[in-house]
Amino acid sequence: MNKEDYLKEIAEIKTIMNRSSRFISLSGLSGILAGIYAIIGAITAQLILTNYKNSSSSYSLLPISYLEYTLIVIALLVLLLSILSAYILSAKKAKKSGEKLWDATSKRLILNFSIPLFTGGAFCIVLYQNNLIGLIAPCTLIFYGLACLNASKYTLGDIRYLGLATIIIGLVSTQFIGYGLYFWAFGFGVMHIVYGAVLYNKYDKNIH
Amino acid sequence: MKDILKNINKVFDHRVRLGIMSALMVNDTIDFNSLKDILGVTDGNLASHIKSLEKEEYISIKKQFIGKKPNTKYSITKLGKLEFIKHINALEKLLNNN
Repeated sequence: MNKEDYLKEIAEIKTIMNRSSRFISLSGLSGILAGIYAIIGAITAQLILTNYKNSSSSYSLLPISYLEYTLIVIALLVLLLSILSAYILSAKKAKKSGEKLWDATSKRLILNFSIPLFTGGAFCIVLYQNNLIGLIAPCTLIFYGLACLNASKYTLGDIRYLGLATIIIGLVSTQFIGYGLYFWAFGFGVMHIVYGAVLYNKYDKNIH
Repeated sequence: MKDILKNINKVFDHRVRLGIMSALMVNDTIDFNSLKDILGVTDGNLASHIKSLEKEEYISIKKQFIGKKPNTKYSITKLGKLEFIKHINALEKLLNNN
C-alpha cells in the first residue's frame, strides 16, 4: 500500500463513523424557511398586540384569553410549518444523496432533540400557571438551545453553535422582560436563517 | 518502521471489515440490516466478514427476537476496540513518516 491508499482508508473510516452515528440529511434550506416563518409569526403577533393595545380597535372588546389563544395558535402554526418543511426538505436531500430518511440515526436524533424540548414545553406551561408570562419567551429560547446542543451529537455538528447562541439570547432576554417578542424574532428568526445558510453552503450545495 | 508495520492489523485489511469496525466504534450496537445499509453490501458478503471478526473476538453477537422476527445485534469488544485504535494509529504514523 502507498500513501494514497492509507489516506483513502482513513477517509473511509471517518465517513462510515459519521454516516453510521449521525443523521446527515438535515436540510439547511429548511432552517432558513423556519427562520422566515418565525419572523413572519413575530411580526403578526406584534401587529395583533399593538392593535389590542389601541382601544379604538375592535380587539379590545374581546376578552384577554382570546388574544392569548390567537398568539398560541400563531406560535403553533410557526412550529408546524417548520417541522413540515424540515421533514419534506430533509426527505428530498436524503433521496438525492441515496440515504434513508427514517433509520437508526434519525430516530436517535428526534429522541434526543425532543427530551429537552418537551421538558421546556412543560416548564413553560408551569410558568403560565404561575402567571410568569414574561419568562415564557426566554424559557422557550433556552430550552430550544439545549435541545439543539443535545441533538448536535446526532446530526451535523454545527447545530451545537446554533444551540449555544440561542441559549445566550434566551439568558440575555431574561433581563429585558417585555421585549420577549424581539428576542424571539432574533433567536428563532435571524439565527435560523444564518445557520440555515451556513449549513446550506457547507453541505447542501454540492448535492445534485 | 518495523514496529509500525507490526501494528498494522491484517484482519482489518479489507474494506468491509474496516467498515464494520468503524461503524461499531461509534455505536453501542448495530443490527444486521442497518449494518448492511451503512456499508452497502450483500447479506452473504457481510455475514462472512462478520464471522471472521467474531472469530478474532473483535466483535460480539447478541441474538434476540423482536416479536416473532429474529434480530441480531453486534457490538465491538474491548479487544476489538484496542486493536482498531492500534491499527489507526499505525496508519497515521505511516502517513507521517512517508
